[in-house]
Amino acid sequence: MKKYSIFSLARNALSHHENWQQAWRSPEPKKAYDAVIIGGGGHGLATAYYLAKEHGVKNIAVLEKGWIGGGNTGRNTTIVRSNYLWDEAANLYEKSMKLWEGLSQELNYNVMFSQRGVYNLGHTLQDMRDIHRRVNANRLNGVDGVVLDTAELSKRIPFLNTSPDTRYPILGASYQARGGTARHDAVAWGFARGADAHGVDIIQNCEVTGIRREDGRVVGLDTAKGYIETPKVGVVVAGNSSVLANMAGFRMPIESHPLQAFVSEPIKPILDTVIMSNAVHGYISQSDKGDLVIGAGIDSYNGYGQRGSFTTIEHTMSAILELFPIFSRVRMNRQWGGIVDTCPDACPIISKTPVKGLYFNCGWGTGGFKATPGSGWVFAHTVANDDPHALNAPFSLERFVTGALIDEHGAAGVAH
Amino acid sequence: MLLINCPWCGERDETEFAYGGEAHIVRPLDPDALNDEQWADYLFNRSNPRGLHRERWMHAAGCRRWFNVERDTVTYKIKSVYKVGELPPGDAEVTSGEGEV
Repeated sequence: MKKYSIFSLARNALSHHENWQQAWRSPEPKKAYDAVIIGGGGHGLATAYYLAKEHGVKNIAVLEKGWIGGGNTGRNTTIVRSNYLWDEAANLYEKSMKLWEGLSQELNYNVMFSQRGVYNLGHTLQDMRDIHRRVNANRLNGVDGVVLDTAELSKRIPFLNTSPDTRYPILGASYQARGGTARHDAVAWGFARGADAHGVDIIQNCEVTGIRREDGRVVGLDTAKGYIETPKVGVVVAGNSSVLANMAGFRMPIESHPLQAFVSEPIKPILDTVIMSNAVHGYISQSDKGDLVIGAGIDSYNGYGQRGSFTTIEHTMSAILELFPIFSRVRMNRQWGGIVDTCPDACPIISKTPVKGLYFNCGWGTGGFKATPGSGWVFAHTVANDDPHALNAPFSLERFVTGALIDEHGAAGVAH
Repeated sequence: MLLINCPWCGERDETEFAYGGEAHIVRPLDPDALNDEQWADYLFNRSNPRGLHRERWMHAAGCRRWFNVERDTVTYKIKSVYKVGELPPGDAEVTSGEGEV
């Protein structure tokens, strides 16, 4: 891999930028691999990258049924934060935050990680009690956070409607200064380029159709490009986790739902941070292109259709206008849906499974993007050692049998 | 936007309804007889199919009654609507027994 630098930029300028090395290869699959990652989103590519780099597994393939980063990685609102209530979740997301902070350097690829801060608004007395509790818990876990009152909020974000006359008046907020946004596509591309440089084969347009097992062990995969032999399979397929689990003969505590997101027409810079509200339920930031990036909750029903209902669009927009009446005449440019796999306790499953050599990383619900590097890092450890890292041990599939759930519903500041 | 045919009130907008998740999950008659795996399976595991899904809906802003719907989770197209305690029309392969509320 040729390093990107100011010198390579100058050198390539001389040849009119026509001779850049391609960022990753598109090889045909080999007959056998030491490990195969199913799912070429951010989490899958990060897993392959850390498997190759940190654990010395060199013969790895990533199988993607579409194109890399074309699923939820390219369909989210790119918010990054780590202010989760419970120790297990805070430790996991904070690991990810630390990786984010060095990621562009690590990958030699600009993922445009921008620590512009994240506000979680409170609208009721109970919201504020929960915010105080969460910020205190965060600080005990080494996660930065402060509680701000309405006066401070209106000073920092003048056009946020902090009037007491609204239907759900804003009473304050938690603020994580290290939170922010990253460029979602760049995250997928950066990890793809990094993984490829370590010899990982990234195979696109290669859907997995079957998981072959012998004596309770994985032996290989049936794919659109033929049979691939492998003793280890990491499954990171977001919305389709239940489908893959079904191929391997077990059931999951997961339901797939559409989650919609929106961008407006590009406007001049107005919003230099990220605002989230649990009570009116919406979140908003502004991309470097100028468009407002908006999201809210899932559609209530199970769905795999990568689109949602109009009623959810209406609900989202009314929430955003409750907070920012100034945006009432901004037009929405695009709208899309991703399929998120939701868990009963709103926490992911990063775990071994009943099938030996088969590992699942799923159930991130509506908040997986922020965890991309950390998720890949702990999952790579799990696949390489056939044993979870201390950070992801609490997120086992077993917890639904033992009852050791990690209930992050609402406690995470917004319903993700 | 789904147009749902309530068995009592007829076709109404999705906004009038509340979704109730997978249908035909029967509460075990003798929970004490189950081990933890079986109880977890009842409590948490869901079939979550990519395709035809049997699910419960409640006409929250109407008659407030529960009923079952067969819907494709990819096209979102509703195949049939049937009452609680019934099986989907023309289909008797539900193995978990009676539908329940």
